[in-house]
Amino acid sequence: MSTARVVLSARYVLEYTYRRSVGPVLGRFLAGLRDGHILGAQTASGRVLVPPSEYDPDTSDPVGDLVEVRQTGVVTTWSWVETPRARHPLASPFAWALVKLDGADTPMLHAVDVGSIEGMSTGMRVRVRWRKDRTGEIADIACFEPEAAS
Amino acid sequence: MSEPVRRIKAPVRLEYTVTAGRTLSRFLAGLVEGRFLGRRCPSCRKVYVPPRGACPTCAVPPDEEVVVADTGTVTTFCIVNVPFEGQTMKLPYVYASVLLDGADIPMLHLVNAPAEDARMGMRVKAEWAPPGDRRPTLESIKWFAPTGEPDAPFESYQEHL
Repeated sequence: MSTARVVLSARYVLEYTYRRSVGPVLGRFLAGLRDGHILGAQTASGRVLVPPSEYDPDTSDPVGDLVEVRQTGVVTTWSWVETPRARHPLASPFAWALVKLDGADTPMLHAVDVGSIEGMSTGMRVRVRWRKDRTGEIADIACFEPEAAS
Repeated sequence: MSEPVRRIKAPVRLEYTVTAGRTLSRFLAGLVEGRFLGRRCPSCRKVYVPPRGACPTCAVPPDEEVVVADTGTVTTFCIVNVPFEGQTMKLPYVYASVLLDGADIPMLHLVNAPAEDARMGMRVKAEWAPPGDRRPTLESIKWFAPTGEPDAPFESYQEHL
C-alpha cells in the first residue's frame, strides 16, 4: 500500500444566481438611474432619503413622492480598497464611500475613483460618473469622482 | 419617467480553495484507482468511508487503511423532484445513503433506479467512470446501480443509519 502523503486541493465556486424583486419605490429609483436621474423619497417631515426606502424610518409611514436630487455631493466617510477584487466596480484602487448628494438628507454607499488614497478625504466634493450603457441597476452609476475633475 | 424596474440580478458568489487534508486525499486518490479506501478506528474498530481525520466517537486518528467493497446497501434515500442549475440527472431521480460492504457509515451518492423502485435495503454496486476519465472526485463514480440481489434485511444496517 502506498504511503505517499499527497494533499489534494481544488478551486471551488459556489454561486447562487438570485434574482430579486425590488418593489415599487426602488423600482422607480432604478428606472431613474437608467434615465440618468437620481431620485430620493420625501418623507412627511421633508427629509429626502437616497436611496429611497418604502417607509419613513422615523414614523413607519409610506414615503411620499420621489424627488430628484443633484448629481454632486459630499463624502461623509470612506474606506480605501488597495486591492480590488474581481467583482468590484473598479479595477484600480478606489474608495468605498458614503456620499450625501446635494438635496439628500441621507448618504448612499458607492465607489469613488480618485487614483490614490492621498486624494481621498472626508468632506471632499464628488460628482456622479455615469456608466455608458445603463440598464436600471446601481452599477448604472459607474462611480463618483472628484467634482473638480471634468 | 420610463417603466419602473421590477427585478434585479443579485447573485451571491464565493470562489475558494478546498484542501482535502491527508486522510481524504488518500480516499480521493483511491477513487482514481477505482476502489474505496476507508480507515478503521483503532479503538472502536469502526470503518469510516469516506475516512475522517479523527474518529468522532473515540477522538483518535483511524490509522488503519482498509479497502472496502464497491457494493453496498441503500440505508436511506430521497427522491429529487426540484430542478436546479447544473443538474445532470433527469427528474425525478434518487439520491441515497449507501452503506458499502465493510464500512460502518454510509456515503451519499446517486442511485440509478426509477424513483418508484427506491427503497431501504436495496442492494447496489458502484458504476465507475472508465479508468481514463477518473479524477480524484466522487464523479469518478457515475452512480450506484441496483444489483438485483434480494434486499438486505433491516437488522443488517439498522445500526448504520
